[in-house]
Amino acid sequence: MIDLFIIKALIAGVIVALVSGFMGCFVVWRRMAYFGDSLAHSALLGIALGVMLNISHNLAVMISSICFAAFLVWLQRKKVFATDTLLGILAHAALAVGVITITLLEQRIDLHGYLFGDILTVGNEQLWWLGIGGSFVILLLFFNWSSLVLMTIHEDLAMAENVRVARLEILLMFLMTIVVAVSIKIVGILLIASMLVIAPAAARQLARSPEVMAMFACLIGAISVVSGIYFSFELDTPSGPTIVATLAACFAILFPLSNFYRKT
Amino acid sequence: MLPLISASSVTVTRDNKNILDNVSLDVGVKDFITILGPNGAGKSMLLKCLMGFFKPESGKIDKKAQLRIGYVPQQFTSEQTMPITVERFLQLRKSVPMGDIIAVATETNIETLLQKPLHILSGGERQRILLARSLIGDPELLVLDEPAQNLDISGQLAFYKLLEKIYTTRALSILMVSHDLHMVMATTKQVICLFHHICCSGEPQVVTRDPEFVSLFGHDMAEMMAVYQHGHNHTHAGHSHD
Repeated sequence: MIDLFIIKALIAGVIVALVSGFMGCFVVWRRMAYFGDSLAHSALLGIALGVMLNISHNLAVMISSICFAAFLVWLQRKKVFATDTLLGILAHAALAVGVITITLLEQRIDLHGYLFGDILTVGNEQLWWLGIGGSFVILLLFFNWSSLVLMTIHEDLAMAENVRVARLEILLMFLMTIVVAVSIKIVGILLIASMLVIAPAAARQLARSPEVMAMFACLIGAISVVSGIYFSFELDTPSGPTIVATLAACFAILFPLSNFYRKT
Repeated sequence: MLPLISASSVTVTRDNKNILDNVSLDVGVKDFITILGPNGAGKSMLLKCLMGFFKPESGKIDKKAQLRIGYVPQQFTSEQTMPITVERFLQLRKSVPMGDIIAVATETNIETLLQKPLHILSGGERQRILLARSLIGDPELLVLDEPAQNLDISGQLAFYKLLEKIYTTRALSILMVSHDLHMVMATTKQVICLFHHICCSGEPQVVTRDPEFVSLFGHDMAEMMAVYQHGHNHTHAGHSHD
């Protein structure tokens, strides 16, 4: 007999694996890993706000991430500093202010759980957030798939073929805020970026088309999440690091194949 | 006959500088127009305005209704991280029968590359693939933005030869930004020298003698072009000239 909390953890984990499998492909193709990482860092400030205002943490993180992304785009347009510099400033400033705020609030908040994930305490509300948010992300990626792939290969070419590139770029950022918001509970703030990157990177070695890469990324992610949850439960280790370590092991096993594939 | 695309008094301003200053031009049926100009002269911006990526501050752009444009962009570095075959790339966002893909692939001599991943191909192969993609859907106008920029000399020659073949067999119009005027001297009908405004325009033989051309590109370039014309007239016209 499997406990209900494990079943909930497994469902949550598999949804995160599917969402980050699809989203992660674009993170890898479009070099958005640092952006995702920064969004996740800024999420701690969102959580602090959520506690202060007594609203859902998912909602609070989404709002703070959207503000973060909008502020970033505004700074990027100034063209004074490179994006990674801006992200480095904003992300860690937000993380720092978030930690300070949470400390000052003097409420019992499981900081460790937010940083590294706490999948085994996933509740029904979180499952709803994951299900709805995750489906929303996957559906939007699905319906814009070929336009997104084309603009990733060549932006001007996509523009010439009537792809609304600027709009889709904003869409990708927006979807990223959702992914971050709904998966913090599962993998933790510090490890969301690796969840997005490792499975697609491992899948890249097996795929000859963008769609197959996304499918393999979902599959590798799901296998790693399920075995990660098992190990996390058995060894009583935090869920995020255990899942990411399993993902990294998958990547390490698949990586040697890349040399083999490049010749074909 | 009405032009396919027509720009009248187009002006684009960025940071208080006119990138394009009162530029007017018409591209008609079966035209072959080459736009020349130093770096930063606004050549790409002009193409982008004509294609509708940018709305100019003033002036207007008229297109023939439902004009079919094929676009061959400037650079194309394919990321190793994106797994995609040439065939799939040609079909992205284009629902065309496989027969059409194969026909275009044969025309551009890439039929052996169709199953190869995009990222392993050479610069010349990638440019031919972009050309193939632009030809899908039977365009009336091809717009090319320095299509052979990163190719070596033989690659450039092969590319322009292919372009000339397509121009003659398909009877479409071509609007191209290119520094390689000497390569298309024989085929191009009109040259436009752009340095924010149109400095001079006309047939290549005339333009290269224009004082504006000389001041823009220097005597060396003008003389070099004269040599190309010399060779060209000699072999094709087969009679004496000045």
